[in-house]
Amino acid sequence: MKRVLAFLMMAIVALGLFTACGSSEKPKEQAAAGNLKGMVATDGSTSMAKVIGALGESFTTKNPQVTFAYNPTGSGSGITAVNEGRCDIGLASRALKEKEKAGGLQETVLAYDGIAIVVNPGNGVQNLTLEQLADIYTGKITDWQELGGKAGEIVLIGREAGSGTRDGFESITKSKDQCRYRQELTSTGDVIANVAQNQNAIGYASLSAVSDNVKAVQINGVTPSESTIKDGSYAVQRPFMLITKQGVKLNPVAQAFFDYITSSRVADIISQAGVVPAN
Amino acid sequence: MLIKKELLERIIEGIFLLLGLVTVACVLLIMVFLVLSGIPAIREIGLADFLLGQNWAPTSATPSYGILPFILTSVYGTAGAILLGVPLGFFTAVYLSKIAHLRVRSFMEPTVSLLAGIPSVVYGLVGMMVLIPWIRDFFGVPDGASLLAAIIVLTVMILPSIIKVSMTALEAVPPEYETASLALGATPIETYFRVSVPAAKSGIAAAIVLGVGRAIGEAMAVVMVSGNVANMPELFQSVRFLTTAVSSEMSYAAEGLQRDALFSIALVLFFFIMLINALLNYFLKQAKEG
Repeated sequence: MKRVLAFLMMAIVALGLFTACGSSEKPKEQAAAGNLKGMVATDGSTSMAKVIGALGESFTTKNPQVTFAYNPTGSGSGITAVNEGRCDIGLASRALKEKEKAGGLQETVLAYDGIAIVVNPGNGVQNLTLEQLADIYTGKITDWQELGGKAGEIVLIGREAGSGTRDGFESITKSKDQCRYRQELTSTGDVIANVAQNQNAIGYASLSAVSDNVKAVQINGVTPSESTIKDGSYAVQRPFMLITKQGVKLNPVAQAFFDYITSSRVADIISQAGVVPAN
Repeated sequence: MLIKKELLERIIEGIFLLLGLVTVACVLLIMVFLVLSGIPAIREIGLADFLLGQNWAPTSATPSYGILPFILTSVYGTAGAILLGVPLGFFTAVYLSKIAHLRVRSFMEPTVSLLAGIPSVVYGLVGMMVLIPWIRDFFGVPDGASLLAAIIVLTVMILPSIIKVSMTALEAVPPEYETASLALGATPIETYFRVSVPAAKSGIAAAIVLGVGRAIGEAMAVVMVSGNVANMPELFQSVRFLTTAVSSEMSYAAEGLQRDALFSIALVLFFFIMLINALLNYFLKQAKEG
């Protein structure tokens, strides 16, 4: 009986230790508290989830009394949401259309999403045009021979439905719902690994993820890099835009957030999310 | 003093009951959750369109939600793994439990157990790095990620459960049966296959069903070798299983029908597993009675 009691006691003590560990972390974070208080609401592009999530987290860590909200609805819905005043900052992974600008909206570039097209290092093809790229993925070009490479059926490697990179790639090459993938992989790493071991494979991945065991091809004669993405000469890219209303002041918290994420201080956070910071 | 002791017994019994109930509660919770979250999408899509539709394109402009490719892939993949794995596992089990020398056995049995302990992501990784290029070169196909690759990986993965459970069944055969058979002039091999195996057949059947369960529920290893495109299954075609259909889209699926449909796929998978479990229980019961 004594043993049982001792065992129970130990269990209780152990439980106590666990809960103690769990609760001791919070006060530390609050040490660097800012004095902003309130809420920032963002709404829009699902492709921007990663970058805006990282920025929101960093902002709320610095300002613990601020609540950050992100509603992943898609670029179109985000733009509508700003227009109707349902959120502070809209997120769009495309530039505003003239009609939308005329409707009183303005855009600020947060970052550029550059997508590298990768092939096996043993592949002789160095350069593709954007049209060729679209034709490859929609199945109009099926053999590397047609592109000046060694004969071999092109193996199309892509990402799963819903992936931001896939959405970006398909909207830039205008191949939505027409891509004839041979493999749909769930991570950038898998794409790179598969392209690295198959001579005839082609894939797409964020520029930041490209490693030495694959080769990024030129598009329209331009090599992908941070600078060619920033100056717009590399074609497989799209802007991540912050959408606000012209002539309408943001509330102080939202303004502080806006200034924070468009400053060069957060460039590291943006790069880590796999995109090229604009500032 | 006696009463105090009895009280303590009762309390401890109660604690154990509570702990046991935790497991039951988990199963019930998962079941209720799956049914509740899986039914709405099926209702919206229509049961026939959902189960028999051949096209899965949840993010296209006109979305369609047919999961027949996933169901067939899971069935074919599992059947293929069983077809390859059962003969291999069965004969290994007979050899290890009846024929092998003690020294061979003491080396091979732990090795088989070790195979069971390898994480599925490692199977997937090896499959991706070794098996896929090999299939590509050997069969001369443009890409090795295919149903065949998944079948081979699953075969290796189900081997340990088939071998271990079959061995247990074979070892439970009363030695009198075998000695009687030998005394009547049968050779050892005849004895093993005519006497021991028939006597252990329910247990061996249970081993096979267990293998089926493991194969149909595997996600991590197959996602890395099967190519993961929602095609109707073909041996050298890139395919997607029920499990991987859920796991590959869940992280990105937006709220709405796509996400709900993934829960429905999980529900279908759950039904398969329940069916397999019912079969397993049936065979195990037979084994006990037989």
